[in-house]
Amino acid sequence: MEERIAERDDEIEGFEELSAEEKVAIGKWFLLKSPPGQIRQVAKDVRTVLMDDSLFTKAAEEAFPEYNVKHMIPVELPDHSGKVLVTKYAEVDKSHYLDPRTAVVATIDHIKQVCTSMRPAADEELPTALMEEYRISVDAELLKYVEEAYPGGECAVYCTCGKNVDKHEGEIELAAVISNASFSSKNFRGGSWRAVWRIQINEELHAAELQGQINVNAHYFEEGNVQLDTSYECHDSIQFQDAGDMGAGIVNVVERLESEYLSSLEDSYAKLSDRTFKELRRKLPVTRTLFSWDKALQLSLSRDLAREFTSKR
Amino acid sequence: MEAAMDLMRRMPPAECQQALASLLALLPSQSPELLSRVDQPLQVACDEEHAKQYLLCDYNRDGDSYRSPWSSKYSPPLEDGVQPSAELRKLEQEANEVFSIYRDQYYEGGISSVYLWEPEHGKGFVACFLVTKDGSESADGRRGLLQQGLWDAIHVIEVGEEDEGSVHYCLTSTVMLALTTADQSSGSFSLSGSITRQMEADASMTDGHLCNMGRMIEEMESKMRNGLDQVYFGKTKEVVFTLREPLGVLNASSRSGQSLQQCIINEIGRF
Repeated sequence: MEERIAERDDEIEGFEELSAEEKVAIGKWFLLKSPPGQIRQVAKDVRTVLMDDSLFTKAAEEAFPEYNVKHMIPVELPDHSGKVLVTKYAEVDKSHYLDPRTAVVATIDHIKQVCTSMRPAADEELPTALMEEYRISVDAELLKYVEEAYPGGECAVYCTCGKNVDKHEGEIELAAVISNASFSSKNFRGGSWRAVWRIQINEELHAAELQGQINVNAHYFEEGNVQLDTSYECHDSIQFQDAGDMGAGIVNVVERLESEYLSSLEDSYAKLSDRTFKELRRKLPVTRTLFSWDKALQLSLSRDLAREFTSKR
Repeated sequence: MEAAMDLMRRMPPAECQQALASLLALLPSQSPELLSRVDQPLQVACDEEHAKQYLLCDYNRDGDSYRSPWSSKYSPPLEDGVQPSAELRKLEQEANEVFSIYRDQYYEGGISSVYLWEPEHGKGFVACFLVTKDGSESADGRRGLLQQGLWDAIHVIEVGEEDEGSVHYCLTSTVMLALTTADQSSGSFSLSGSITRQMEADASMTDGHLCNMGRMIEEMESKMRNGLDQVYFGKTKEVVFTLREPLGVLNASSRSGQSLQQCIINEIGRF
């Protein structure tokens, strides 16, 4: 055994030191893989294992903005009027994010995950009155739904295409996002539910197409580490009369499809115990009794019999 | 080291190999400790003499070579590689035969290996029972339910010396798994996990070491499987259902009603 350790030491000496870029890349990889709500704890660990504060800062500067946007984290506004969601649709630039509901632009410190200042959005950062009518219609309904279905969740509706449209023509598109996350180290659990709904509106036909993308993570880590990771896509379409009633129609579809997805998750869990998990290991052998170690031992003592047994399967 | 272990506890278990490789590259001087404290997915090799597969771990490694439990030879060949005593080797051969029957009954496929060796200090011996199973539809999955499905179990038993007909056994077990189901109606659904448990027991020598160790492992594996299934998976489900609440029976979709019906039909069909 001592010899083995000595050999390992040789291997270690022969190990090439990683370049600064490689270290930053590793640090970034760990940060981006953080479970919901845990990136700051992971950052502490990464700082320690990198053993170089400037490399850590570089990794954090690259990873945090990407992580915050991907996880659509909510950040409290400095005047406590509400929260702004850090999403790619809200991005004015890499540190400024629009809250379309309150029409403010928040300055985000990505690494601290806080909003350092806010200003009213400029006119050109906001949609035209025509577009705003559609946006508000969806936002008002979405707020009601999210309040009911997502305790502590946040939502926002953005104009992603046709922000400047002021005549009833041209392509217009909205994005409605829902983000809810929780973390409790005391209860060893955390998770996040993220949904993005792209809404393409055809004004002439009074129709809207919906494309949904839902991602769910859950983490339970009392004396272990178990993580759920899901991804789901769906679509549907609606007809509407005018901007005013469109929101209700759209949010109805969102609610129905998300409820369906939740029941399909329930189905996946239900199947897990009885069927899916069996693919890895059965609860009991095919014989439905515990394995008889003494008999198997006798069997293996006469080798030929054992061979015959295994070749039969 | 503590930061490294904390990272391993937080990273997605399905990515533990990448996480460990990264830590080894960052902290080469800690690599022996990291390798001994972090379990990694089992690798498979082939014993050409016996045309059988076996599993690689730190316990059958000598330098860069690994010992096959079937021929007891090292690959790449190593003339003076560590070997168990003749008596232990005999028990090791029996253990490998019996454990592969056990493995086949619970796992319906998979690969197993058992390694025995004398400890550096103290009397008795140490045994390591390994199982790996790829339950994906393209490998050993019998029911074609999993796009990806990996299970690794590592059991290390320290066996004391016989004392008035009784022996003390100390078992440390780790199970690692990663499974993914994917279809159009429910998207992709992945669960991955890793848990470690310990168990000690005294047993009489009436049935011999192999039966004693086997029964302990069987009990432990069943407990861990149930724990993952009932507790760990159940907790992740709870997390999901507190993030997004079910909105009452009236909203239950027609499709989930259909799939429930389909489930019942499938269940009936199985009998």
